[in-house]
Amino acid sequence: MKLLWQKATITAIVPRTARVKSFFFKVPQPSPFVAGQHVDIRLTADDGYQAQRSYSIASAPESTGDLELVIERLDDGEVSPFFHDIAAVGDEIELRGPIGGYFVWNAAQGGPIILIGGGSGIVPLLSMVRHRAAQRSSVPVALLVSARTWDDVIHRDELLALAQRHDGLRLILTTTRGPAMREGDYQRRIDAPMITALLQALPAAQQCFVCGSNPFVEAAAQSLIAAAVSADVIRTERYGG
Amino acid sequence: MTTRGFSGRRPPRDTSGRVPPGQSATDGFPVLSATPTPYIPMDQWSFTLKVGPKPVMTWTWEQFNALPQTRFTRDIHCVTKWTKLATAWEGVSIDDLLAAAGLAPPTQYTLAHSYGGYSTNVPIEDLIDGKALVALRYDGKPLPPEHGGPARLLVPHLYFWKSAKWVNGLQFTRRDEAGFWELRGYHMYGDPWREQRFSGD
Repeated sequence: MKLLWQKATITAIVPRTARVKSFFFKVPQPSPFVAGQHVDIRLTADDGYQAQRSYSIASAPESTGDLELVIERLDDGEVSPFFHDIAAVGDEIELRGPIGGYFVWNAAQGGPIILIGGGSGIVPLLSMVRHRAAQRSSVPVALLVSARTWDDVIHRDELLALAQRHDGLRLILTTTRGPAMREGDYQRRIDAPMITALLQALPAAQQCFVCGSNPFVEAAAQSLIAAAVSADVIRTERYGG
Repeated sequence: MTTRGFSGRRPPRDTSGRVPPGQSATDGFPVLSATPTPYIPMDQWSFTLKVGPKPVMTWTWEQFNALPQTRFTRDIHCVTKWTKLATAWEGVSIDDLLAAAGLAPPTQYTLAHSYGGYSTNVPIEDLIDGKALVALRYDGKPLPPEHGGPARLLVPHLYFWKSAKWVNGLQFTRRDEAGFWELRGYHMYGDPWREQRFSGD
């Protein structure tokens, strides 16, 4: 099946943190997707020069609204500064997807599952927990989110609200450049003791999803392996390049 | 379709038509993989050549390093949109590997297999006649685990997911069998110049 480029229209732009905004797209022919998948974006200059990037889908598969992508502004980037500084509601952007069939979770797959996200690596995990809530799933989930500060936790209030439902989702935050704000949160980089505590809180995890920068993913994945989690159940997505 | 207000950032230097469509040149070396990085002790490492299910030859790390070593400087292209120019590799060419096993290609297709369960398919034609290596060294140094060490397949003229990290075997198959990403929607061949990213491209 061919993945076709579609002209999607930006319908809303919502700042999330100082460096992160959500962009909502109306897609003419939306395809069903699974939480964790991404789309490709293609920008074309007047002379035909093109740039493409991949962005994880933040929306739940059940969402009937517009497709949400969460884009962090990378100062030396080419595409993210365009989105942050130039793109406006009403603009048409070429998009295709969904793409990726490995870093995905469907509530029917069950759990328990461990989700670990660093910075904007939270985005595909957000789609998973939104999907879980939409399905009224009670699959036990431990979600560990690392961010610079409390205010850099993307979609923080929504995550806190999901954790308040007491339906089996446990949220742990760790902040690397600011104080921990809640009981049980951490104030340091992700490390092996943190992962060990996470595993104690959620025994018998069937699947782990780790997403973030490569150093973050390596630290988390190697800590999981050191805590006797089989590499076979760890899926990683690394934001690089 | 032109994107309003997008001018792009052109490459700072002349890349002389070496960057395929949709790609951007990078000086870094991004790491991408779907699984944790396996750390394979050298005394447990081996590489097996198979025809179908049947092993033809297996090499230990020492034996593999004793095979003729080929140096190779090529541009590489990752489907996640980055291209890295003039990367320098050293390892065993597939030609030398087949010669050491005394094997002429018995079929047109292969699957490369890796520690951690990864696999990818490459036609044998794209591996022989100096086109591909099992790379053991990058930039003059042993290949680091996060870049696929101790050994990775290197097929630089195809998208880089074909250059299987942590490779431990090459298997001839009768048919063109999809590997890990090909089963999940990625292109069976993966030519960056024809932008064969996903099935149907």
